[in-house]
Amino acid sequence: MATVEHSDGTLAAGPDTSSDEGLRRRDFINIAAVSVAGVGAATTLYPLVNQMNPSADVLALAAIEVDLSAIQPGQAVKTIFRKQPLFIRHLTPAEIQAANAVSPSELRDPQSLVERTAAGKPQWLITMGVCTHLGCVPLGAAEGENKGAYGGYFCPCHGSHYDTAGRIRKGPAPKNLEVPAYAFKSDTVVTVGEEA
Amino acid sequence: MSFPWAEEYRPKSGFMRWIDQRLPLPRLVYGAVGGGYPVPRNLNYFWNFGVLAGIALVIQIVTGIILAMHYVPYDQAAFRSVEHIMRDVNQGWLLRYLHANGAAFFFIVTYIHIFRGLYYGSYKAPRELVWMLGLVILLLMMATAFMGYVLPWGQMSFWASKVITGLFGAIPLVGEPVQTWLLGGYAPDQPTLNRFFSLHYLLPFVIAGVIILHIWALHIPGSGNPTGVDVKSPQDTLPFHPYYTAKDGFGLGVFLILLAFVVFFAPNYLGHADNYIPANPLSTPSHIVPEWYFWPFYAILRAFTVDFILPAKLWGVLAMFGSIILLFFLPWLDPSPVRSGNYRPRFRQFFWILILDILVLGWCGGLPAEEPYVMISQVATMYYFAHFLIILPILSWTERTLPLPNSISESVLHGEEREAAPADLSGVRPATAAE
Repeated sequence: MATVEHSDGTLAAGPDTSSDEGLRRRDFINIAAVSVAGVGAATTLYPLVNQMNPSADVLALAAIEVDLSAIQPGQAVKTIFRKQPLFIRHLTPAEIQAANAVSPSELRDPQSLVERTAAGKPQWLITMGVCTHLGCVPLGAAEGENKGAYGGYFCPCHGSHYDTAGRIRKGPAPKNLEVPAYAFKSDTVVTVGEEA
Repeated sequence: MSFPWAEEYRPKSGFMRWIDQRLPLPRLVYGAVGGGYPVPRNLNYFWNFGVLAGIALVIQIVTGIILAMHYVPYDQAAFRSVEHIMRDVNQGWLLRYLHANGAAFFFIVTYIHIFRGLYYGSYKAPRELVWMLGLVILLLMMATAFMGYVLPWGQMSFWASKVITGLFGAIPLVGEPVQTWLLGGYAPDQPTLNRFFSLHYLLPFVIAGVIILHIWALHIPGSGNPTGVDVKSPQDTLPFHPYYTAKDGFGLGVFLILLAFVVFFAPNYLGHADNYIPANPLSTPSHIVPEWYFWPFYAILRAFTVDFILPAKLWGVLAMFGSIILLFFLPWLDPSPVRSGNYRPRFRQFFWILILDILVLGWCGGLPAEEPYVMISQVATMYYFAHFLIILPILSWTERTLPLPNSISESVLHGEEREAAPADLSGVRPATAAE
């Protein structure tokens, strides 16, 4: 090492420390060492933070396949998508008509049925079964449940009414029921959780 | 704390002054590991290992807390949850391998730290309590490491918990009730796993607390040094920061490179393949040994094969615990006023024989309990106790030590012609002004 120990007990790099021109060797070493340590520390943070993201087994269930062939018009099924209820509803022509009869501009969250369903498949209404108010599960998917004043879904927690397109019509909820990304694999099989 | 010439904390900004007047934490840090802690200027790289052990503990706590976010302390799910960490959790393999190998590295640096203390007489007055608190930390580390090893609930985990709690069964009269109490049953089971998880999470924080006491006690007389000569004047010391933060920083870099090498290229080298088999209470692995850092103690445990007044099993347990308890009395077993092995030629020879003896014990502890290894461990065990109980006391009274330097600065700066230069073993050869 080119470290010189002076009799006064100070250590200095190289014989000439009085020079104030440019960087001293020690400055370079200092900056280089601290930079390497800093980059190392920042890199170490990545796994420490990333480990809290969904793990591979959770991601493996991030997309589900649902067979629609047994769902008759007027029926709905409740299934589980990403640990939350998912409503899949086979709309009757009357329900489609009822949904289209309303002008979207009058609604709290303006959307038409076409915007909320897949192209060419307006009879399949696929929404999350999570009320957009505070997260309760609305009624109306199972037979005999209260479908609310607009024939869609009714949330019993705070009385939000959704229509046959899953749009908020009355009550405290601010938004329509969320439509997840989904893609039809065939006429009767849909993959929820995958972009179309 | 420490010496009268220790630099006083002077806040660099108004904000720090505001904090310091209300909560003198910056002052505490400055005095403990900053420019306000004067350290002998002649420390060699063996003085890195205390800091490295502290950092190893931090690595264990950080990775351990994360593993606990994904681990399930339930006998039907524990093994699966560990595999879940290895396969599913983002970078879970890295965190678990860091934790498992981090434990081994924690023991490596701690053992080197202890050997440093043995060689340079760090246990002698006025640092007896520093030494004893260090031994308490070692015992806590062993308990923590053992309980952590049980958590994956593999074959080695299960049988380690059975064997180690079985040691307590050797205690006369109360042994069996104590063992049942520790296990929460008649054999390792769900209650055992759950309480070991709880304690494995708790003990590292107890260790951290004892480390604070260890450092506090150390900072009263200040750090020792390779000459063992007391600090006498400001010429003998340098401020901890930046001199020793830089030196420790370099050592830390080397330590992390070695740890990373093992984690990335040989993560299972120090482990046992049997622990990747789920725990089976009906079948013992054919060769059951603890982790390498327990091997010397395991050899001592197995060295006792004959009942002599007490049952052999009890002798083994007593000797194993005794091998560490003995070290608590070391400051009085070795009353020689010369601290450093550099100035004790005979002591130095016996020190290296002791190291060799412990390595032999470790080697035997990792092998099956067969001849000739049992006989070798018996001899080595006998020597271990003889070193501390017979050789050291005699040595400290009879040994002719070498003349000590007048001061640290003299030994470092320009005094080597005037002192009886010790053999160049310790790396304390000073840099000279004439370079």
